[in-house]
Amino acid sequence: MAEDLHPNMYKYRRIVEAKLFIDTHYHRKIDLENISDQACFSKYHFLRLFKQAYGKSPHRYLTEVRIGHAKTLLRQQQPVTEVCFLVGFDSLPSFTHLFKREVGMTPTAYVAKIAQHKEESKRLPLRFVPNCFVENFGWDK
Amino acid sequence: MITKLSHASIYVLDQASARDFYLNKLGFEEKMNVPLGEDVAWITVSPKDQPDLQLTLMPINQGNMFSAETAEQLASLVANGAFGFGVFACKDIYATYQELSDKGVVFTKAPTEEFYGIEAMFKDDSGNWFSLTQSKEEAS
Repeated sequence: MAEDLHPNMYKYRRIVEAKLFIDTHYHRKIDLENISDQACFSKYHFLRLFKQAYGKSPHRYLTEVRIGHAKTLLRQQQPVTEVCFLVGFDSLPSFTHLFKREVGMTPTAYVAKIAQHKEESKRLPLRFVPNCFVENFGWDK
Repeated sequence: MITKLSHASIYVLDQASARDFYLNKLGFEEKMNVPLGEDVAWITVSPKDQPDLQLTLMPINQGNMFSAETAEQLASLVANGAFGFGVFACKDIYATYQELSDKGVVFTKAPTEEFYGIEAMFKDDSGNWFSLTQSKEEAS
């Protein structure tokens, strides 16, 4: 457990709790105003402190968490439509649009790319490892 | 001209445990996880805001690279904290220290004001130590 070293440690604890709330409730409808209320900050103060601590707004962080979990679920071969709702999006078009903006390809294209990567890495695993490591560690033997 | 560092190796005692530590405690992203045999995989992870640096979680196995004796010595050195692999940066060290401590990361130095910023130190699940630093620019 962290020691309370900083005179404003209670402030940090509330910001960390808000971030952890996003980490665990990303799949629900999250109202960022509620989070700032729960953290006992005004909305403006909360946004400023969150950005100071994590270098991004709570909304931006929530988007990254949702897309990160979506990528994990898609890698686990969950259907795109299910993933959309499992990570907290209301509609497939908005999920697809945001996913494409963040990842550079649609969820369907991402699934196809992952499947191809999996197949190739299973068939030819050493293609994915720098050869100096393969040779020095003898992984090709 | 060298343009950047793309991969760096961290020797770990148990790849599965290390993978869990770096992904679920430090919050890194998995970049590669390619099985290369029964007890070895090519596992790389990256800090979320630095996707082009892959940290390779290297197992310490007897084989081409290490004799049984060397592997045992290296594992012992890692476990005893002989290696410090680098400095991780953060925007706000007090918030990061609080969050990682709550997740069970073991700190060996609490955030402390230094000339270059505010620094803490923690160990990974194998025993490797790292500095966690908020630079003076971030602190000001």
